[in-house]
Amino acid sequence: MTATDLHTDVPTVDAARTDLHSDAPAADAARAELHAPTTEVARADLDLLLLIRHFELALLDLFGRGELNGTTHTCLGQEYVPVALTPLLGPDDYVFSNHRGHGHYLARFEDPEGLLAEIMGREGAVCSGVGGSQHILRDRYLSTGVQGESLPVGAGAALHLRGSGALACVYIGDGTWGEGSVYEALNLASLWRLPLLVIVENNGIAQSTPTTRQLAGTIRDRAHAFGIRHHGVTSTDISEIRSQLAPLIESVRTDSRPLVIEFETHRLGPHSKGDDTRPPDQVRNLPDWYRQSGWNPIEFAQADQAARTRVDQVVRDVAARPLSRWPACE
Amino acid sequence: MRVAENLNSALGDLLEQDPKAYLLGEDILDPYGGAFKITRGLSTRFPDRVLGTPISESGLTGVAAGLALCGDTAIVEIMFGDFVTLAFDQIVNFAAKSVSMYGSRVPMRLVVRCPTGGGRGYGPTHSQSLQKHFIGVPGLAVYEMSALHDNRTVLSAMVKAAQPCVFFEDKVLYTRRMHDLDGLFQRDTIGDVAHVFIDDPATADCVIIAPGGVADRALGAMRQIFLDREITCCLLVPSRLYPFDVEPLLPTLSAAKAIVIAEESTAGGTWGAEIAHQIHQHLWQTLRRPVTLAHSTDSVIPTAAHLEQRVLLQESTIHTAILAALS
Repeated sequence: MTATDLHTDVPTVDAARTDLHSDAPAADAARAELHAPTTEVARADLDLLLLIRHFELALLDLFGRGELNGTTHTCLGQEYVPVALTPLLGPDDYVFSNHRGHGHYLARFEDPEGLLAEIMGREGAVCSGVGGSQHILRDRYLSTGVQGESLPVGAGAALHLRGSGALACVYIGDGTWGEGSVYEALNLASLWRLPLLVIVENNGIAQSTPTTRQLAGTIRDRAHAFGIRHHGVTSTDISEIRSQLAPLIESVRTDSRPLVIEFETHRLGPHSKGDDTRPPDQVRNLPDWYRQSGWNPIEFAQADQAARTRVDQVVRDVAARPLSRWPACE
Repeated sequence: MRVAENLNSALGDLLEQDPKAYLLGEDILDPYGGAFKITRGLSTRFPDRVLGTPISESGLTGVAAGLALCGDTAIVEIMFGDFVTLAFDQIVNFAAKSVSMYGSRVPMRLVVRCPTGGGRGYGPTHSQSLQKHFIGVPGLAVYEMSALHDNRTVLSAMVKAAQPCVFFEDKVLYTRRMHDLDGLFQRDTIGDVAHVFIDDPATADCVIIAPGGVADRALGAMRQIFLDREITCCLLVPSRLYPFDVEPLLPTLSAAKAIVIAEESTAGGTWGAEIAHQIHQHLWQTLRRPVTLAHSTDSVIPTAAHLEQRVLLQESTIHTAILAALS
């Protein structure tokens, strides 16, 4: 390849964010009626979304007041991703989360007390306060703090599960695609036909680096390079997302083939705390399901207040608990 | 029986006895059977659980860690131990940490096998002894293969411990005979440490501690020094290098005039330095002099035989170290 070829082959810098079109048949377009949170399911989804939102806001508040140790990474703006996936994943499925995993955990277990106790090092902590925000293991849910590390591990879990109908789901971000382990795992998953579901939360920014400055080409093309199907999600509507994804995720189980699902989403908060280098106006203008949703306004306001109250209570309760105990440090 | 056959047989037994055991690695399938032929025949016997992988040390070790997390037993072969650096994150940051970082103990039956060491002219990136880089990692055990330890017992101990283990296998041992000792020597064991001595171990002038790959060189030095000078040494060959419990060895160590620790690692931050520190902690008041370390020089490992020999720990290096320690 000549230098000229190299130049002409480079796709536009926006490609990584815009090329989300799906390998699946076009989803049914008429979904407006699914917006209204009138059903019990939709109300439960709304409650869960708001629980995660207020949990994350409470964490930033606690940090601001110096009441948390270390660091945290909130998923503000991305809450709908794990909420949409919740009914599509079962207890036999392994879920591998990452550094930005509070939403993943809360969507699976709805246990703000255990998670906050873990983050605050208080009695009742899921992992005795050893793991903290980004290292949590509960049943078949596990998070780790090193980028790309969990994808080969998830492939191993998928190998263990192959043929059982269960799958291994691994959440990664757009930045994770810089890690070589991702490609080693995708290659193995495709070769060995592993039931591996990769959920990419492409929030357009890796810590402080815009995706357009750290990812050449597209995630879709990268998946395709391994013969792995890719499906892009731009909607934030939970019912619509589920309708799109249910048959695809089912096929991971029945056909035992890996699948990459890429959500185009937005990180509304800092990477960790107080470290957002984006202009405030740019962040304010990012789409937010919280502001843009088609929920019934009265019902939304009630649910919002209820979630806020619940989280306030959790914070008071957990903060008042004794410190967590770990036998190795007794 | 050769060491390679013993190890092959131990792996076969493990796969047969444990239906949840997997073996993963590059080029390990028949008819090739692995770069050093250690896995020969196993993929034919257990085609679903002996898996040939792409050249992806991080990926395959991560897959093995995932299997271990799910309750399986996973054995990984890294073709040349030098390449284990590519799997360092999976071993250190995932597998080893998972044992304890989630608050309660998570059993992880994972063994990473690393053909190791020089003396075969493979050059700087195919000859190293990287044990020292895995010493002192919480949740991780380091073992070394030896012709004095049955690999069935060693493999079984590693799996039973239910924590990740890195198993260093000095390549020069594969073609050696198991338990093949010169008539000059006698042997017994102290825990999992093989103890080789001449006549009465209580009267040895010098105690040498050396892992399996170096044992032959240590025995050669012991033999020569005895024949030339009637100086008696005894040799301790541990199976597990880390964590290392020095206490059962203290009676043997405290009786000697000198202690030498020999290993093939290059200089600096060595396993021997860690063991010497433990011995000093226990015996500082009675030692006649500090423990002597013998190892390869502070250098990359050259390919040309005459250069490689200058860098790597030789029988003569141990010989010199013993005499210096007793001087």
